Amino acid sequence: MAHIPDGVLAAPVLIGGAVITVGALAVALHRLDTERIPQVAVLSAAFFISSLVSIPMGPGSVHLLMNGLMGLVLGWAAVPAILVALSLQAVFFGYGGFLVLGVNTMNIALPALVCGMFFSRWLQVTDVRRSFLLGALAGGLGVLLTGLMVVITIALSNTDYLPAAKVMIFTYLPLAVVEMVVAGAAISFIRRVAPELLFLPERQSV
Amino acid sequence: MGDPLLAVDVPQRWLTLRDPRVRILSVFGFALVVLALDDLLLLMSTLLLAVGLAVAAGLGPTLIIKRLAALEGFMLVLCILLPFSVPGETWFRVGAFSATWEGLQMAVAILLKANTVVLALLALVGTMEPVVLGHALAQLKVPEKLVHLFLFTIRYLDLFHSEYHRLHRAMVARGFVARSDLHTWRSLGWLVGMLLVRSLRRSQRILAAMKCRGFSGRFYLMDGQTWERGDTLFALLSIGVMIGLLFMNGRAV
Repeated sequence: MAHIPDGVLAAPVLIGGAVITVGALAVALHRLDTERIPQVAVLSAAFFISSLVSIPMGPGSVHLLMNGLMGLVLGWAAVPAILVALSLQAVFFGYGGFLVLGVNTMNIALPALVCGMFFSRWLQVTDVRRSFLLGALAGGLGVLLTGLMVVITIALSNTDYLPAAKVMIFTYLPLAVVEMVVAGAAISFIRRVAPELLFLPERQSV
Repeated sequence: MGDPLLAVDVPQRWLTLRDPRVRILSVFGFALVVLALDDLLLLMSTLLLAVGLAVAAGLGPTLIIKRLAALEGFMLVLCILLPFSVPGETWFRVGAFSATWEGLQMAVAILLKANTVVLALLALVGTMEPVVLGHALAQLKVPEKLVHLFLFTIRYLDLFHSEYHRLHRAMVARGFVARSDLHTWRSLGWLVGMLLVRSLRRSQRILAAMKCRGFSGRFYLMDGQTWERGDTLFALLSIGVMIGLLFMNGRAV
């Protein structure tokens, strides 16, 4: 649901989203050491696969967004990782569109950056039990912020979308609940099994 | 071990043999033009054109329908509510709410545009080998680090896809049944965590092995792609179509 298709958004929103994404990308690529590219790619492939898992929720099922977790683990590198994932999904699966890639990346990557900045420094000082809480907060916040940004970008494009946008925000609530539990469990698992994954060199300088 | 994730299993056609750069730029231009159109008849003809492209590129009907169905989930809410929120001439009434023709027209336009762009994208770019797409992006001056990240990511997608299936099968063998409850979500969280831990361990081995072979953080991208007469023809054709569409849109208004 976070993939807005082409044709929905107005030109100023499309351009604004593209400019913000390119800006964030420039910073992220500048900070990304060429030596770390294989590592980031391997992690982003793992995140991509995780987002394909369909998880039962009530009568239906949901797909994880993973942006909160990506922000926690990858830091700034989450921006290019998310752009690559969204491009692959658009080109090979038909999710979303082409010219909206800028806006879609912004809607998912900015919340990831926020989660990374807020929670990663706490993660390094907490114990195993509290790391579940931090993971859950990051997972839930990532989904809710993305939902908010999707709704805002839609509503900014045309005031006639407002009723639909209000309905849409509710579709993010069940996903946020599932994502909180999954992200919390994943982070506390990693904290126990391989804490070094949460202390990757680049992230300490964020 | 599961099917390849980004399987490109299309027969070689005239369209899929064209230069990747021209195909990417054509979709970009075509999408720009389609978004600028506002005449419904013209939009329908662009959708037909996109369907024609998909057929010419060798995409099967079941694949096309499956891909487009993924799009309609988002459009559903938007298109059902639009007729009720756009002011204009009444189409029908539900209780106190009235749907308008103007709203319907807008909903149809959005639906046509979204499907046209996705179809064109799937037909022209989605039929490339992912690696070829990465190299084409590098030639189109996409930053080198981003292209490297793209190439490395597609390299590992299939690997972790089968890794995921392996882990999942191990869970099922121990009696795991996915339900809508806390236990399921937590177990899947551990699955995700395990996937990340294994991927990190693997990336450390990969980097060590690559360094051992002299990897300095950059690939040398080589290409045997040569420009053919068909590529010029395709480029001229797509420019012609775009200009024609814009011209007709100007006359229709």
